Amino acid sequence: MLRRHLFSLAAGAALALGLSGAVQAQDQFIVVQSTTSTQNSGLFDHILPIFQEKTGIEVRVVAVGTGQAIKNAENGDGDVLFVHAKAAEEKFVAEGHGLQRSDVMYNDFILVGPPNDPAGIAGTTDIVAALTKIAEAGATFASRGDDSGTHKAELKLWKEAGIDAAAASGDWYRETGSGMGATLNTGTAMGAYVLTDRATWISFGNKGEYQIAVEGDTRLFNQYGIILVNPAKHENVKAEAGQAFIDWVLSAEGQQAIADYKIDGQQLFFPNANG
Amino acid sequence: MFSFGDIMSEALVLILNWDRNLSEIVGLSLHVTLSAVLLSCLIGLPLGAMVGAFRFPGRGVMTVILNALMGLPPVVVGLFVYLMLSASGPFGPLQLLYTPAAMIIAQTILVTPIVAALTKQVVEDLHGEYAEQFASMGLRAHERVAALLWDARYSLMTVALAGFGRAVAEVGAVLIVGGNINHVTRVMTTTIALETSKGNLELALALGVVLLVLAVLVNAVVMALRASAVRAAYA
Amino acid sequence: MRDTVMDMTTAEVATRIPLLEARGLSFDAGGKRLIHDLSLSIPEGRRILIMGANGAGKSLLLRLLHGLLTPSAGQVLWQGQAPDEKARRAQAMVFQRPVMLRRSVLANLIFALSVHGVRGAERAAEAAHALELAGLSELARHPARVLSGGEQQRLALARALICKPRLLFLDEPTSSLDPASTQRIEDLINAAHARGVTIVMVTHDLGQAGRLGDEVIFMHAGRVAETGPTEQVLGRPRSEAARAWTQGRLYTGTTF
Repeated sequence: MLRRHLFSLAAGAALALGLSGAVQAQDQFIVVQSTTSTQNSGLFDHILPIFQEKTGIEVRVVAVGTGQAIKNAENGDGDVLFVHAKAAEEKFVAEGHGLQRSDVMYNDFILVGPPNDPAGIAGTTDIVAALTKIAEAGATFASRGDDSGTHKAELKLWKEAGIDAAAASGDWYRETGSGMGATLNTGTAMGAYVLTDRATWISFGNKGEYQIAVEGDTRLFNQYGIILVNPAKHENVKAEAGQAFIDWVLSAEGQQAIADYKIDGQQLFFPNANG
Repeated sequence: MFSFGDIMSEALVLILNWDRNLSEIVGLSLHVTLSAVLLSCLIGLPLGAMVGAFRFPGRGVMTVILNALMGLPPVVVGLFVYLMLSASGPFGPLQLLYTPAAMIIAQTILVTPIVAALTKQVVEDLHGEYAEQFASMGLRAHERVAALLWDARYSLMTVALAGFGRAVAEVGAVLIVGGNINHVTRVMTTTIALETSKGNLELALALGVVLLVLAVLVNAVVMALRASAVRAAYA
Repeated sequence: MRDTVMDMTTAEVATRIPLLEARGLSFDAGGKRLIHDLSLSIPEGRRILIMGANGAGKSLLLRLLHGLLTPSAGQVLWQGQAPDEKARRAQAMVFQRPVMLRRSVLANLIFALSVHGVRGAERAAEAAHALELAGLSELARHPARVLSGGEQQRLALARALICKPRLLFLDEPTSSLDPASTQRIEDLINAAHARGVTIVMVTHDLGQAGRLGDEVIFMHAGRVAETGPTEQVLGRPRSEAARAWTQGRLYTGTTF
């Protein structure tokens, strides 16, 4: 009696695993290692159905921090890398993990802050000056602290300002070690300034009283790049389908789809593949 | 800022407007979790029963290890399974990463120690009562394990439920090995994490309420089955 | 009287090997010697009672003979050989408190049959027959653990007998039962004996000893104080330990 019982359990489990495998093998798909900013903004939900309709290729997006996305791609766990940290991307290509890198689009970073504006920087446009004032005032600043593209951009700006923010870690400089959305949730709750990409901010649902403090500085430019993972290094990489996606994203049609994505009438990403 | 009334009404709206997207996520959650619990029972029940019913060298060590593994951090399990299934890992050629199968494997690793350790306790108690009778009847080792598991079946339902609770609420491991890919590996918990990161806190909490309702339903069904079966065959 | 434990001559032992034999059995626990260098023979087909005061070592001896405990010294022989799997399956035991599996009455019997390798088709018929003998047919589908004490013990006895053992051990099987239930158990034991099953039973009940025992092994402080036909040991005891016990006195001496 027990044996029969166990047998049916085993059969059920085998079926369960088998089904998962079957779903996987059914359609052609690629895995894109990308960032939370593109995912959370809703951009992929807008453009991917258009691409799939046209080519029949399903795009599966793994949205993590840029650092983790690059690491995953280095391990061959993905066909395409779509992130925003130009220096790291070029290193990725130089080390042979990926083929050619292409610009896709940009948006910009903005500094958001609490309504009482403790550093007195609201409405200014010089990001380096604003960061200096934050450090001088000891106003709370919430950093991603997760080696993401946004985090890398933020560190570059502190460097330009000549401030060793890491030295104040735990004091006014708070490293959340998490994604953009989680950092915004934490930052707004503690009244901290937060550097975020505009797309995530526009679509963020928990803004509270927060406002944009600093925007418009050219140093806040946030460039996205796309790279095919090197099939010579990882034979599981679906080079053909991956390249098809890259080609489409860079094509006039793909670029238009990116430009068309708006929230509340605001365009979130600006295509610049050929620019 | 938030009121629980708002959250509950949002949860109610979610349930009333039950759409395909939600079905898909709830369905995958159940598929992954129940498969993992099933596999964990296939491994953990006999394993726990053997540790509970037999004296052998290393039994104490094994008990300590099983009990300690009950507290495995999901993120650590997720990372371990990621490294195993990664294209650069030993099982890369199976191409299981970012599939429900990977999530099932990770959760099985999380749940098996729970099932085994709790089974050991249940079976040990029962074996105390049966040991002489079984020795007298000359039961072989596998017959002893099978008989103990069968006779402990109603207590073991609760053990399986404990495993289900751990699996269904888990996010760290499935996020890493599943990748939270829309329509492929997105489950209740990873959706909640995603909506939280988007700042949609009410929606995230409402999904949490749906998850809770789901867990309550599964528990209620199992306990109802147990109650009626116990009345029929136990005492 | 022939074939009693004590009266067998060396020649008879040689011509007729006992079903079960203990040679120099000792058992220690917690640094104390509980069974002392004990030897005895159980010839096939007899009804043998192990009697003695509480703590005399009766239940221990039963478990040593049945192989549930491993002796600290000495050995138990089954038909002159070290017991093997076959020997173990030719023996069965009923405990003072019946161990009921968490299954139906019928399933308890089926379980014993399946352990003994009886094929599925034959199990149902055998189980139905055993239920009938035990007077439990109407309770077949009931959970075993809701039966009364007497019914549970009858089921335990039926389960022990269903695989046709040659030797049945019983450890005070009726000590917590009322007279009517005791009577039914005794009838079942006698019926089994009539079919050729050798009986070895621990009991405190003098009346039961008279009804069921061919021979008595009287124990005191881990040793055999006296053995012989029931009416002799209980009626005209030669040892001080047995005499004291039959008269309801406490005996604490170390000589018999």
